[in-house]
Amino acid sequence: MATAIKKKKSLVKNLVRFSVNGTAVELEIGTLPHQVETAHTLAHTLRETLGLVGTKVTCDNGACGSCTVLMDGKAVLSCMTLTVECQGRSITTIEGLADPETGRLDPLQQSFIDHTAFQCGFCTPGMIMSAKALLADNPSPTEADVKEALSGNFCRCISHYQVLRAVMATAQGGE
Amino acid sequence: MAEVYRFIGKPTRRKDAVEVVTGTTQYLDDIRFPDLLHGKVLRSPHPHAIIKKIDKSRAEQLPGVKAILTWQDVPDWKGGTPRVVRILDRKVRYVGDAVALVAATSAQIAKEALGLIDVEYELLPAVFDVEEVMKPGAPQLYDELPGNIVTPGTPAFGHSCLTEVVMGDVEQGFREAEVISEGTFGYENIPNPIPPEPPGAVAIWEEPNRVTLWVSNQASYLDKILLFHVFGKKVEVRTHGAACGGSFGTKLMSWQVQTYATLLSRATGRPVKIIFSKEEHIAAFVLRPGSRMQARVGMKKDGTVTAVSGTWLVDTGYYSATTQAQVAVGCGEIQLMTRCANWDLKTAIICTNRNASGSVRGFGGQELKCSFIPVLCLAMEKLDIDPVDFIKKNYVKPGDGYFWRDGLWYTYRGIDYSDAMDQGAMRFGWREKWQGWLKPSSVDGSKRRGVGVGVHGNADIGEDSSEAWVRLNPDGSALLYSCITEHGTGQRSNYVKMVAEVLQLPMERVTVTPADSLINPFEYGPFGSRGTYAIGSAAIAAAEDARRQLLELVAPRLDAKPEELETVDGVVFVRDSPERKIKWGAIGYDRTVMGYGRFDPDFTLANCMITFVEVEVDTETGKVDLLQVVNTTDVGQIIDPPGLEGQLNGCLGSSGIDSALFEETILDHSSGHILNANMIDYKWRTFSELPPIDNIVLETPVASHRFKAIGVGEVATSPGPMAVLMAVSNALGVWLHEYPVTPERVLKALGKLPAMTRTGGAQ
Ligand code: FES
Ligand code: FES
Repeated sequence: MATAIKKKKSLVKNLVRFSVNGTAVELEIGTLPHQVETAHTLAHTLRETLGLVGTKVTCDNGACGSCTVLMDGKAVLSCMTLTVECQGRSITTIEGLADPETGRLDPLQQSFIDHTAFQCGFCTPGMIMSAKALLADNPSPTEADVKEALSGNFCRCISHYQVLRAVMATAQGGE
Repeated sequence: MAEVYRFIGKPTRRKDAVEVVTGTTQYLDDIRFPDLLHGKVLRSPHPHAIIKKIDKSRAEQLPGVKAILTWQDVPDWKGGTPRVVRILDRKVRYVGDAVALVAATSAQIAKEALGLIDVEYELLPAVFDVEEVMKPGAPQLYDELPGNIVTPGTPAFGHSCLTEVVMGDVEQGFREAEVISEGTFGYENIPNPIPPEPPGAVAIWEEPNRVTLWVSNQASYLDKILLFHVFGKKVEVRTHGAACGGSFGTKLMSWQVQTYATLLSRATGRPVKIIFSKEEHIAAFVLRPGSRMQARVGMKKDGTVTAVSGTWLVDTGYYSATTQAQVAVGCGEIQLMTRCANWDLKTAIICTNRNASGSVRGFGGQELKCSFIPVLCLAMEKLDIDPVDFIKKNYVKPGDGYFWRDGLWYTYRGIDYSDAMDQGAMRFGWREKWQGWLKPSSVDGSKRRGVGVGVHGNADIGEDSSEAWVRLNPDGSALLYSCITEHGTGQRSNYVKMVAEVLQLPMERVTVTPADSLINPFEYGPFGSRGTYAIGSAAIAAAEDARRQLLELVAPRLDAKPEELETVDGVVFVRDSPERKIKWGAIGYDRTVMGYGRFDPDFTLANCMITFVEVEVDTETGKVDLLQVVNTTDVGQIIDPPGLEGQLNGCLGSSGIDSALFEETILDHSSGHILNANMIDYKWRTFSELPPIDNIVLETPVASHRFKAIGVGEVATSPGPMAVLMAVSNALGVWLHEYPVTPERVLKALGKLPAMTRTGGAQ
């Protein structure tokens, strides 16, 4: 009995801490409604617990890229990442790209607008985050690099051609 | 040559662009509701069974479960055409059919509860093939549909709804023919458009008989009307159309998920949300209809088609909602592409024990042509007719007539598309690449290239009715009332653009109402390619009406006649002495001006899309690569160049061209299960596999509305699949007649794997 209580206590105290778009987040791990369950995906936590619904879930199965966010600058599938794995990490979502002070859009976002690089727009946040990770890593990608980096992003409307132009225009030495 | 406008024809920023790129667009699942419950659906693991017993007691014990509904708990509401499909029934008719609905405080609890519902089934024999299902003694899906044949025609298109193409004298036509070809071909891979956003609904029931729904649909006003009828005309329905994360026709109606949410909200008194999982989306939402056609075609050396006869069998899965409409439109479309005096084409829609087919981009015509063009090709081969010449000769010309979906005869008053076809052929290099039937355009070791062409067109561009209001405000802004959800075509912004052009207001000063059925007038919705002409006409007419009223109001103040006035940027002035001017504000702060516009159906115009493809087939592996695509069309006047480009590029995915290459829904005929109901096993095109696409768009003014434009977006997917089949056949030198052209089928056709059993041939 005593050990059970102890265990419960320590679970309640169990916290996962990470940052989202520069803001520190501290969440209890547990099974109560306000807590993060160990089975919760980052996509779930972002959308349902933190209310950041800009991250879209299409397949919830690691197949489509629409839930892509940045973890320490690298693109990850938030539907395949457990929230408890985010301990100490820095997460960036689509909501975190515009300048928080001025509201000015990230050049990549602006380029997506200028090239109408979307149709229904449901895949777009994921596309932008994947492209963002690529450009951080490789500021002057070739078209082939962009295609490779975005090859995990499903777009049923076929916005690919316009997305490609939008990303290339933002790349260094682009349009 | 198109006219020059201030906004029309120029690339302008989508009104929702900032929201889309910042992730703030509100799709259905992004809207927050207080006190929300989550719904889940228990689905049948059997393709055909009677529910003998359901025990929900264990599930009801689960904390957080608020309601569990089975067929015994729900009213006798019915949907489908005819109305035979109960929301929950004692009988299940496909793997995935709804057995019970659960509402709980979280999606997870609802899901857990599903596993605690005990169901006892009495299994019935199931049937999956259109011809098997019509045989005497075959299992019957509905008492109301003897022989599993769905009642032809849809009340939506009137009592004379087109169900066949019968005219002239086919016997005489076949006597005049120089070649007769026949065969039975199909387009039966039931591809799934799979928009990224899954189907869903949120419902809030208010006693005694009112429901408000948030829907993620292509046509939210129509949902209101449809549900009103499903609910036995006893429930008042209001719909809010959220941004729609892709539809491709499939979310034309989502009445089932909407009724599930409604029933659960009615049972719990709380808002209920249901969002399908991707597996449910693929296995229990909308597929393309299956199409199989036995046809006979008579042709002359010059490409004249002398007779067409045959039977078109359409597999609609376990029920039909729109299939009759698709058959009606398909029957119209086949006439648009085949100028022929003698027809005897019969149709039948059949129910089988699989997930239902429904509305998909290409709406009947794509399915029909994918089965019919192979028969035409056999005749063209015998006569050595170039398919581009054939299409040019046989696509509808001004003055031609056709029976359209309502069974009435219409005389075509649009343009001749020959010019567009020529330009497309030129850009593609057709004359250089075409070597004749079953001849590759080039061979390099095991790599063989071939070319193909397909055509599709639809007189739906002027179908159904639309209404709009435009309100002019004294501050020099305008508001368009139009019940349109944005589903990816950019049309919400395009109507703003049309209104801005009529009123000569900057686009920033024109907004459009949310798609709320309570505040907006009637709108059928952006089906087919009707957006530009039909919906656009209503918006334009409303803006013109408002403008007229405004000018009449201020004319006395300017001491002029209304017809002497112009308005630009919220200022009215006398055309010949612009210094005599007055701001819109002159109407007074206490007044607005409301213009009304309406569009009534017009079936005398049709669009046209021709797609050229080049493929490379590896005869060692059987793999087919798409090397080049050229789409060519004439839209009268481009409204928004990047939006149009997006629509045309859409030819690839959403069960378009790729449905001939690799997209298919794999149904296991022994268990009735769909084997690839996830996005890993259902193949889709990635960035690394993009072929170059050229879109040739001509602008020959057409007598539609004041901007002389027609829509074309829907049909982009349709000509491609048949073009691919033709191209692969030409590359290999043998006919391939099944979709998609998987490596296995290619190797079979080459005799490298055991032969296939399909029949067909020319006399
Ligand atoms: S939703 Fe995460 S990969 Fe599809
Ligand atoms: S824009 Fe619709 S899925 Fe990509």
